Amino acid sequence: MKDWRYWLAEQRGMLLALGIFIVMFIIYTSNHPAGFTANVVQTAANKGVLLAFVAMAQTLVVITAGIDLSVGMIFLLTNCLASWLVVGTPMQTTLGVIAVLAVGLLCGAINGAIVIYGRLQPIVATIATGAVFYGIGLLLRPFPGGSVNEDLADAMTGRVFDVVPASLVVLFAIVLLIWVPFSRSVLGRAAYAAGSSETAAYMSGVPIRRGKFAAYTLAGLLAAIGGLFLTFFTYTGDAAYASGNAYTLFSIAAVVLGGVSLFGGKGSAIGAIFGALAFRTIGDLLFVFDFDPLWQPLFQGVILLIAVSLGAFALFRVRNRLEWFL
Amino acid sequence: MSETTLGGIAGRMPKFIRRADPAVLTAFACIVLLLFLGSLYSRSFLSPEYLLQQLKVASFLGVIATGMMLVILLGQIDLSVPWSVAAGAMMACAAAAYGPVGVVLAIPFGIFCGVLIGVVNGIGVAYLRIPSMIITLATNAVAQGLMVVYTGGFSPQDSATGAMRYLATGFAVPGVPNAVIIWALIGAAMVFVLTRTGFGRTVYGIGNRERAAYLSGIDTRRVVMIAFAVSGGLSAFGGVLLAGYASKAAQSMGDAYLLPSIAAVVLGGTSILGGRGSYLGTVAGVILITLLQSILSVMQMPEAGRQIIYGVVIVAMLLLYGRAPASR
Repeated sequence: MKDWRYWLAEQRGMLLALGIFIVMFIIYTSNHPAGFTANVVQTAANKGVLLAFVAMAQTLVVITAGIDLSVGMIFLLTNCLASWLVVGTPMQTTLGVIAVLAVGLLCGAINGAIVIYGRLQPIVATIATGAVFYGIGLLLRPFPGGSVNEDLADAMTGRVFDVVPASLVVLFAIVLLIWVPFSRSVLGRAAYAAGSSETAAYMSGVPIRRGKFAAYTLAGLLAAIGGLFLTFFTYTGDAAYASGNAYTLFSIAAVVLGGVSLFGGKGSAIGAIFGALAFRTIGDLLFVFDFDPLWQPLFQGVILLIAVSLGAFALFRVRNRLEWFL
Repeated sequence: MSETTLGGIAGRMPKFIRRADPAVLTAFACIVLLLFLGSLYSRSFLSPEYLLQQLKVASFLGVIATGMMLVILLGQIDLSVPWSVAAGAMMACAAAAYGPVGVVLAIPFGIFCGVLIGVVNGIGVAYLRIPSMIITLATNAVAQGLMVVYTGGFSPQDSATGAMRYLATGFAVPGVPNAVIIWALIGAAMVFVLTRTGFGRTVYGIGNRERAAYLSGIDTRRVVMIAFAVSGGLSAFGGVLLAGYASKAAQSMGDAYLLPSIAAVVLGGTSILGGRGSYLGTVAGVILITLLQSILSVMQMPEAGRQIIYGVVIVAMLLLYGRAPASR
C-alpha cells in the first residue's frame, strides 16, 4: 500500500464525520431563513464549539480505552465557578480564567488518580466523581446567576475581522496547543498504546500509567475550557443536572460519529470535533424545518442510535465468528 | 504459627461466615456502622418502624438493582435505567386512563414497555456487538424522547391504579409492606435462577469469558439478550411501583436510580467486569445505599452536600474493596 492509502485508512472516521458535517451544514444554511451569512455561521459555531470542547475531552479518555462520564459535570462545575471568578479588572479576569482552568485540571487529575492508581473501573468511578463535581457546582450556584467579564465574553463569542467566528479561532488554537503536542508526545503515544493493548504496551516499556493520567487530566482541562465558553455565551452560571448529563451523552455520540473507537487506541480529537459539529447541526436541522421543539430529544436520540449502530457494519467483515467476542 | 492461629479462628466460625465473600461482609459491616452512627444522631434510628420504612424504600431500588446485577454479571452495563423506570411508570399510568381494560393491563403494559427497551438493548449488545454502555445510553435517549413527545414535556396527569398503589404501599401480611414482599419474591427468584438453573450458570460463564461459553455450545447471544430484556422489565416494574408509591408518574423520576443501582451492585461485591458476585451482596448494597441516603436526608443535608458525600462515600468504599487486582 502507498503512503496516502495508510493515511486514508487512518483518517477514514474523521473524513466521514467531516463529510456528514459539510452535507448537514449545507442543508442547514440553505434552509435557514437568513441563509449563509456571517451571523448564522457565528451562532452555529458558538453552539458547536461548546460540544466540540467536551467531545475533545471525551476523546482523550476514550483513546485509553476508558470512559469519562463526568465530563458534563466538570463542564457544569467550571461554568458555575467561572460565573464567580471571571469578573472585574483585566488582571482579576485573567487570574479567574487561570483558576477555572486549574480546577478543571484538578478534576481530571482526580479522575485519573482514582482510575489509574486506585484501580477502579472508569465507568463507576467517573459516575461517582461526576456526582461530587455536580454537588460542588450546585453549592456554588444553587440558583442560576452570576456574571462574567462581558468584554472578554463578547470578544470570545464575536467575530475576528468581522468574518471568522472567534470561538472557531480559539478552538483551532486549542487543537494546536493541546491536542497536536499531546498526540505526538511520548505520553500521547503511551495513551494510544494503552488503549490498543495495555499488556503489549506494558511489556514494551511504554509509560502507560503516566500516559493515561495525562489523558484524564487534559480531559479535565478541555472540559473546563468548554465550561468557560458556556459562561461566555450565557453570561451566567447554572448547575442544571439535565444539561450536564446531556453534554456527557452528546460527547460520547460526537466521539462515535467522529470515528474514535470506544475500544480504545483509534481515532483523533479532530475527528471528534467534526463529530460534535455534525451532531449539533443535525440537532438544529429541526429548527430550520419548523418542527415542534418537543421532538428534538427524540430526534437526537434516534440520530445517536443510528450513529452507534453504524459500527455494527464491521460485523459483516468478520471471517471468524470468534471475533465477535472481543 | 500465625497461619494455624488464623486457621483456628476461622475454623471455629460458622460455616456460612467462612464461605462468605469479604466484600459482602464489609458491606454488612458498613450497614451496622451506619446504623450505629445514625443511632448516635437520633434514638429513633433503631426503632422497628423506621427500619421497616427504610426496607420499604429500599425495595424499589432493590427491584431495579436486581436487573442491573444480572447485566453487570455478564460484564455489561445498563445505563437506560432512568428512562426505563420513567417509561414503565408513565405507560402504566397512561394505560390506566383507558377504561377498565386499561386498569387491568396497566402493570403488565408498563413492564412490557421496559422489556421492549431491554430487547432493543439486547439486540444491540448481543447481535450488533455495540458496547453496552453506548447502546443503552442511546436507547435511554430515545426512550426519553418518546416520553417527552408523549407527555408534551410536563408531568402526565394520569394517576396510578389502585392495584399499583396496593403493590407499593399496601399490607397483605400485617406489619410487612407489600413492596418488601415483592422484593423478597423477586430476589428469591433471582437467587434460584442464578444458582440452580443452566441460564444462571451461563450468565456467570459469559461474564468470565464469552468466547469460552460460546465454544461450549451455548447460544450466548440469546442469553445476553434475555438478560437485558429482564433488566429493562425489572426497571420498568420498579417504575410502576414508584408510581404506585407517589400515585403518579413524573418526568425524570428515574434519574435518581441510575447511580444508586450501579453502586448497590458494585458495593455488594459484584465485579463490574462480570462473572463474579452474589445476590446477597446486592441486597447488602441496596440497604447500604438506602440507609446512607436516609441518614443524609434526616440530617437535612442540602442536595449539593448529599451529592458530594454520596460520590465520595462510593469512591471510598470501592477503594476499600472494589479495586481491580494489581496489574501483572
